[in-house]
Amino acid sequence: MFNEMENADGSPRAPYSSVAEWIETTGLDLLRQRSAEAEAIFRRIGITFAVYGEGGDPERLIPFDLIPRVFSHAEWRRLDRGIRQRARALNAFLYDVYHRGEILRAGIVPEQLIYQNAAFQPAMVGVDPPGRVYSHIVGIDIVRTGNQAFQVLEDNCRTPSGVSYMLENREIMMRMFPELFAGGAVEPVDRYPDDLLATLAEVAPPACKGDPSVVILSPGPFNLAYYEHSFLADLMGVELVEPTDLFVDDGLCWMRTTAGPSRVDVIYRRIDDDFIDPLVFRPDSMLGVPGLFNVYRAGGVTLCSAPGAGVADDKAVYTYVPEMVRFYLGEEPILENIPTWYCADSDACAHVLDNIEELVVKEVHGSGGYGMLIGPKSTSDECTAYTKRIRENPREFIAQPTLELSSVPSLAARRIEPRHVDFRLFCLVGKSMRLVPGGLTRVALREGSLVVNSSQGGGVKDTWVLTE
Amino acid sequence: MLSRTAENLFWMGRYMERAESTARLIEMGQRMTMLPGSYTDDEWRSVAKASGSADRLNDEAQITESTIIRTLILDLDNSSSIRSCLERARANGRAVRSALTRDMWEALNDNWRRLEGVEIASVRRDLPTLLDWVKARAMLFRGAAATSMLRNEGYFFLLLGSHIERADMTLRLLDVKYYVLLPESDAVGGGRDYHHWTSVLHATSAMRAFHHVYRGDYSPWKIADFLILNPAFPRSVSLCYSQIGGYLDRLADRHGTRNACQSNVHEMIRQLETVEMGELFQEGLHEFIMDTISRTRQLTFEVYEDYHL
Repeated sequence: MFNEMENADGSPRAPYSSVAEWIETTGLDLLRQRSAEAEAIFRRIGITFAVYGEGGDPERLIPFDLIPRVFSHAEWRRLDRGIRQRARALNAFLYDVYHRGEILRAGIVPEQLIYQNAAFQPAMVGVDPPGRVYSHIVGIDIVRTGNQAFQVLEDNCRTPSGVSYMLENREIMMRMFPELFAGGAVEPVDRYPDDLLATLAEVAPPACKGDPSVVILSPGPFNLAYYEHSFLADLMGVELVEPTDLFVDDGLCWMRTTAGPSRVDVIYRRIDDDFIDPLVFRPDSMLGVPGLFNVYRAGGVTLCSAPGAGVADDKAVYTYVPEMVRFYLGEEPILENIPTWYCADSDACAHVLDNIEELVVKEVHGSGGYGMLIGPKSTSDECTAYTKRIRENPREFIAQPTLELSSVPSLAARRIEPRHVDFRLFCLVGKSMRLVPGGLTRVALREGSLVVNSSQGGGVKDTWVLTE
Repeated sequence: MLSRTAENLFWMGRYMERAESTARLIEMGQRMTMLPGSYTDDEWRSVAKASGSADRLNDEAQITESTIIRTLILDLDNSSSIRSCLERARANGRAVRSALTRDMWEALNDNWRRLEGVEIASVRRDLPTLLDWVKARAMLFRGAAATSMLRNEGYFFLLLGSHIERADMTLRLLDVKYYVLLPESDAVGGGRDYHHWTSVLHATSAMRAFHHVYRGDYSPWKIADFLILNPAFPRSVSLCYSQIGGYLDRLADRHGTRNACQSNVHEMIRQLETVEMGELFQEGLHEFIMDTISRTRQLTFEVYEDYHL
């Protein structure tokens, strides 16, 4: 297992030298006390996260671990290039599948995987979004398995969440341990809201003349990422709207204000495709803004992300992303995928079934760490039950080797212990690309656990990119 | 400002105000049931009526303190119960988080769940402490708004809501007491009324203030005059209306318009400034109160209309 803080001989790795020294001088007692203070602050300002289907507290805190996760400047440069490359390829792929489908004709990606995909939106065929951008905020999850080994775990092309934690975690750390940031050793992340607003303004629709009016569209306070929606609206200084605040008239989109209707040009929507426009996507739904899609198609408003962007990020399509990089960009992928067996392929499926106790098996459309099987941590009964599910419907499953995720020291019950982490980066795509040096580190706080999802005992850490 | 945001702030103001008023009403009820010659059931019934929850208690043969605690403090199904008001105010706040300051949010957020799972018996053991807590929370919220919120549209909608609610509560309180006292065309005044009238002053925290103005002359028209026409008392109908007029003026200035609701309120303010209590009694205090209650209700509709809520 790769411990990010330590060399094999137990000495601190270079990027972590100041953190190691800080832990040493601060001591466990003070760290614990600060940890309690941090939790009280999070609770008071209401940074909470609702978890569906778990009952209990509907507004729960995600545990925050004080010990930061650190990348050297050189490590970051590589991630930065790799992420931008991937975000470009994903957007090129989305443009392609909603136009000529060259990559399908070339036989590189199977047609049925796209055209029969639930996330594929036939209504988007032939639509030209401004700048040909479909996914404006690409959230890419990275794991590390060795000093030089970074791999992409998953892409999120729809509405990735978590960026509020990146910003708040840093705020809390700077407030509690200002000495750590003295001298500008850590790259700031606080320009993210400005970058996001600039990105959204860049993709204003053709009908917009002058300064575009940008809004965030949220399903409302019962959504689990609602805090983030209001947080971002606040930091960008834009309105946070719900579907009932919007309506369509005269080929344009409007919001209801106390001074009457007010134009809306760009909608950063944090609602699913199904709930954008009941006239197009889900006739049985009462939610959404009737007529919005027509206005979008005619260039009266921009939706970010574009409807149907999700077809690029399911776990089966994921396996083809390195091919997309080669096909559209003519480059070699800078960041690798994790080797993945898609069970629709009979050879791959046979391999998965033979080695199920070694592998991690996931549902193609699953998320949140639910419904997956971690072979080495499961009983033989669980493996047998899962085998049965795969046999019944192989297309619904992929499998990957069980990775030795890197670990970072974390505050545990008795002492500081290594815990497994992953990393989500947020790449902004407008007319230009923007990526703040940082992201969200999720940590599996249960000893030995590989599941970092907040719904299953995961926490978060501040993530540093060191300046040069 | 988004219409929905304005509406949420308006109701947040109303709910916090209503939570406090309901606490004051219950205080009044408890005080009156302790007086000699009172009928517990009658007193609590009038409290329920003033709070607008009487319909929920129609089937109760006997209304006791426990009934009141259940219905007016703890019952989430009753939109006027203190617990409902606090939870709704918070839910409204959560829905418009970015329109609130952190101080205001914290004042709302800490209220949440204090009354969750609380039992009637435990409330009964220490009712005054709980009621004081409710009043203190409302005052904290108001203070947070006053000292931290930008004087923008949102602020005026918030205060508009709380002052409409405040005027409404004073009116309903007067209405209930009037009704209880004068079922027929009985003469106003008389010994048995004394406690009823002073209890109204208690419910509006007006006892001391009234002393300052009238030196303990508890005649019903003086009390009515104080609660309706006094231009200095914060819960008088007159002062509430002049505040409402001010908020509507500032909203209209911002929008560069003049609205129906604004004109109507100023008409109302003019009437309250010029009328004499003697005239009101002559023409029928009850009719005046009913009329003002319905105009206050109408005002909410007009605000909705004029500001696209």
